[in-house]
This record gives sequence, structure tokens and C-alpha cells, in this order.
Amino acid sequence: MNMLERFFSVIGSNTINRVWRLGFAARFFFALLANSGETFRRPRLLLRELYASGVLSLIIILVSGLFVGLVLGLQGYDTLQRYGSSEALGILVALSLVRELGPVVAGLLFASRAGSSITAEVGLMKATEQLTAMDMMAVNPLARIIAPRFWGGVLSMPLLSALFTAAGIFGGWLIGVVFIGVDEGAFWAQMQANVNFVNDVLNGIIKSVVFGVAVSLIAVFEGFDAVPTAEGVSRAITRTVVTSALAILALDFVLTSFMFRGL
Amino acid sequence: MTTPYVEIHGLDFAYGDRQILSGIDMQLPKGKLTAIMGGSGCGKTTLLRLIGGQIKPERGSLKVAGQEVSRFSERKLYAMRRRMGMLFQFGALFTDLSVYDNVAFPLREHTKLPESAIRDLVLLKLEAVGLRGAANLMPAELSGGMARRVALARSVALDPELILFDEPFTGLDPISLSIIATLIRRLTDALGATSVMVTHDVHESLAVVDYVYFMSAGRIVGSGTPEEIRVSTDPYVYQFVHAQPDGPVHFHYPAASLDEALLAGAGR
Repeated sequence: MNMLERFFSVIGSNTINRVWRLGFAARFFFALLANSGETFRRPRLLLRELYASGVLSLIIILVSGLFVGLVLGLQGYDTLQRYGSSEALGILVALSLVRELGPVVAGLLFASRAGSSITAEVGLMKATEQLTAMDMMAVNPLARIIAPRFWGGVLSMPLLSALFTAAGIFGGWLIGVVFIGVDEGAFWAQMQANVNFVNDVLNGIIKSVVFGVAVSLIAVFEGFDAVPTAEGVSRAITRTVVTSALAILALDFVLTSFMFRGL
Repeated sequence: MTTPYVEIHGLDFAYGDRQILSGIDMQLPKGKLTAIMGGSGCGKTTLLRLIGGQIKPERGSLKVAGQEVSRFSERKLYAMRRRMGMLFQFGALFTDLSVYDNVAFPLREHTKLPESAIRDLVLLKLEAVGLRGAANLMPAELSGGMARRVALARSVALDPELILFDEPFTGLDPISLSIIATLIRRLTDALGATSVMVTHDVHESLAVVDYVYFMSAGRIVGSGTPEEIRVSTDPYVYQFVHAQPDGPVHFHYPAASLDEALLAGAGR
């Protein structure tokens, strides 16, 4: 086989593998949805995952949100005061967080903290035959292990995004109002008057739900599909973080295009 | 021979182009402990997976309790597995659950028993494997032998009719090995279960099983009671039982001659 043939052969084989894997992921997603009933019939399974994905991610989300808000406050004030509109700092901080930074940065942090942890757990369960053992005990691992983790992630993500945004707004207020001295009344009043619930808050929530679905699906799929060895699981974790980050940024662009098409 | 609980006829199985099992004929009598022996990679674990319905044969018939396993829907397969227990090579205990919860798992999933009844059953199963005192330990705190005993207790939690043992002696010290072998025999008799043990540990197995099948390269090459196996002159059985370095089992994986390979230069 000459170089050119080998070149096309490698491209062809990689393409076929990727398309096949995409198809497998789609089938996995539908099977996951079909096996989700038990998750909601047994709330304890879901609560455990909400704790693992949501509560245990709180520290990183709140601290990061606070720092992002502090930076937004500083940068925003620096720019706004050049045009004499430093009172609009509240709007700038709130809109940046509610529309974009809240869902996107919380999504990226969620993928690194909870997504990687879900992939590692499911991948190791596969490597140590725990999933097979469960299947042989006539307990469907999709219903008992995968679906609760998926829904735990999907439900945690919007809540974490909201908390990230709240922490960020608090950070912006701390810098703008407490340290720099922007008028507090103007800060809150302008924010209240200019942040629209449907166009801004609801769109932010929709984004965070979509990111939650994407990250959770990638995390459980990569764990379930991991090669059952130490190296295979480590590669699966890397793929979860990288694919989730790219998926969040790409989906953010697509969703933003639809949401602000009238502008 | 008593009524077979598992019947296999003319069974073939391949992973892609690689033939794993060819023309397997086997009968596992009800209430008996049967061993399937053979070297690594001879297809014995694959056979166990076929019996458990994890994979489907290409050709041939595999019946459990008179029903063709490959024709089962997922629902029927799960119904069959509820009457089946399986001990995995390294136990496959759920690492986030305690010893107690691991044994209670199948009971909680498949029965509506009150927690007090589940507690009694779990303690009885743990008592049977000598680990009632370890009920509150986590799997990470157990030795290899203890983990295998807990897995054994879990596999019989629902009093199964069929128990599959996948390499139950791997990596155990002589004391643990002897304990596991005795427990397998005792639990099989106590439950009246049909048990299948896949193993390559000759002496421990021959001491406890009722019947043995020998496999090599995906085929059955010998069978008999432990007494028959011990005195067998069949070249493969003799080599395996007496751990002879030379015989029908070759040391080298099939390949072109070394001269050809070296002369081929870059070829591997």
C-alpha cells in the first residue's frame, strides 16, 4: 500500500469509526431514556446522584462564580466609567452572567468536576465487572447506575448555573458598590429594570439545561463505553472533559444564535 | 446421569473471524457440580457467558431448564437470571456498598421483603461463608479470599437453581482456596443447585466436583468423573492433570517459522 492509499485508508477508517460511535451514542441515549423510569420511581437513587454531582460541586462553583464576578466588576467599572456610566455596572455584571458566563463557565466547571467523576466511576465499575455482575443479577445497569447519574447531572446543572450567577453578581456588587463606591440604589435598580426574565434569565436557564444534558450524556457514555483497563478509563475521562468543553462552546454559539436572532 | 439442567448441542461461537468454540456438546446434570477445565484462552469463560445469556451462539442449541437461551427476550433473560447466581473471577463486589449491602442487593432489588427479613437472610448467608462478623466492612477492607466469600454469599442470596463460578480460585492463598472449594461444594448441596465451575486449578477442583469437561482450542477434548480423569491416559487430559510441559498443548502461539520471520526483516 503506497503512502496515498494509506493516507485515505486511515481517514476512511477513522471516519467510519467516529460515525459508528456517534450512532452507538445515539442508541445509548434512547436506551437510557427508555430505562429512566426507575430513577424517578426510586427517588433515593436520584437524590444520591444529586448530592454527588450537585452538592459536591458547590464549593468550586460558588468560589469560581465569586471570582468571575469580582473580575467583571473591576473590568466593567474600568470601561463604563470612561463613558460616565458606572451606575450601569449592575446591568453589565448581571447580563454577562445570566446570559453567558453563568451557564458556560458553570458548565465547563461541572464537566471537569462532576463529569470526569461520573466517567471514572462508571468506567471503573465496568473494568471491575460490577456492571456485568449487576446485569447477571437481572438488574439492568442502564436503569440502576447510568440513568440516575444522567438525571442527577441534568437536574444539578441549572441549579449550579443559577448559584454561579448569584455568586458572580455578589462579587460584582462587592467590588462595585462596597470597594469602589458605585451607588447601590443605581446598581440594583438598573439591574432590575434591564434584565428581562424571558430574554435573559429563561434563555440562560435553557442553556444550562442543554449543557447539563450534553455533559451528563457524554460523561455516562464515555464511562460505559470505556475500554475496561486503567489506561482505557483514563482516556475516557480525558475524552469526557475535552468533548464536554467543545460541546458546551459549540452549543452555546448555536443557542445564542437562535436566542438573539432578532438583534 | 440425572436430568440435565443445562443442555448444549453443536454449539459454535466466534468473535469476528476468530473461532472461539466449535461443536460443543455438553450436559450439566441437575443438582450436580460440574467443572469445565482447560488452559487460558481455550474458551471456557466464553462458554460460561453463553450459558448466562451475555452473548449468543452462532450455531447450535443451548438450553437452560429446557428453554433455548438465545431466543429469550430481555425480559425472559432477566427472569432466568433471577434464578441464577454467578461468582466472578475477582468477586465484582460493589465498591460503594458494605459487605452487608452487597449481599442484600439482590434481595432488595428482586423481593418485597421487609428490611427485618432481609437482615436475617443476609446474616444467614454471611454466616454460611463465615463472614457475619465482617458485615459492616467495605470491600476495600477485605482480603482477596474474604471478598470472594462475600461474592459467593451474594451469588446465593436468592437461593438460585443454577450457579456459575468463573475461575473462583484465581489468586487465592491455599487456605482461602480450600475454604472456597469447600463452600462451593457445601452450598451446591445445601441449595440442590446445578453448579458450573470454570477453572484451571486441577487438584482443588477434582476434590469437590461431580463431573469434569476438558476443553482445548474451543473444543471438548475429554470428560469424566474425577476418578476417571485422574487415571485417564488421554494425551491432553494427562498433560493437563499432571502439568506436563510437553504434549498436545504447544508452548508457541501459531506463527511462521523463526527462520522465515528473521529473514523477512521488517515483517513481524
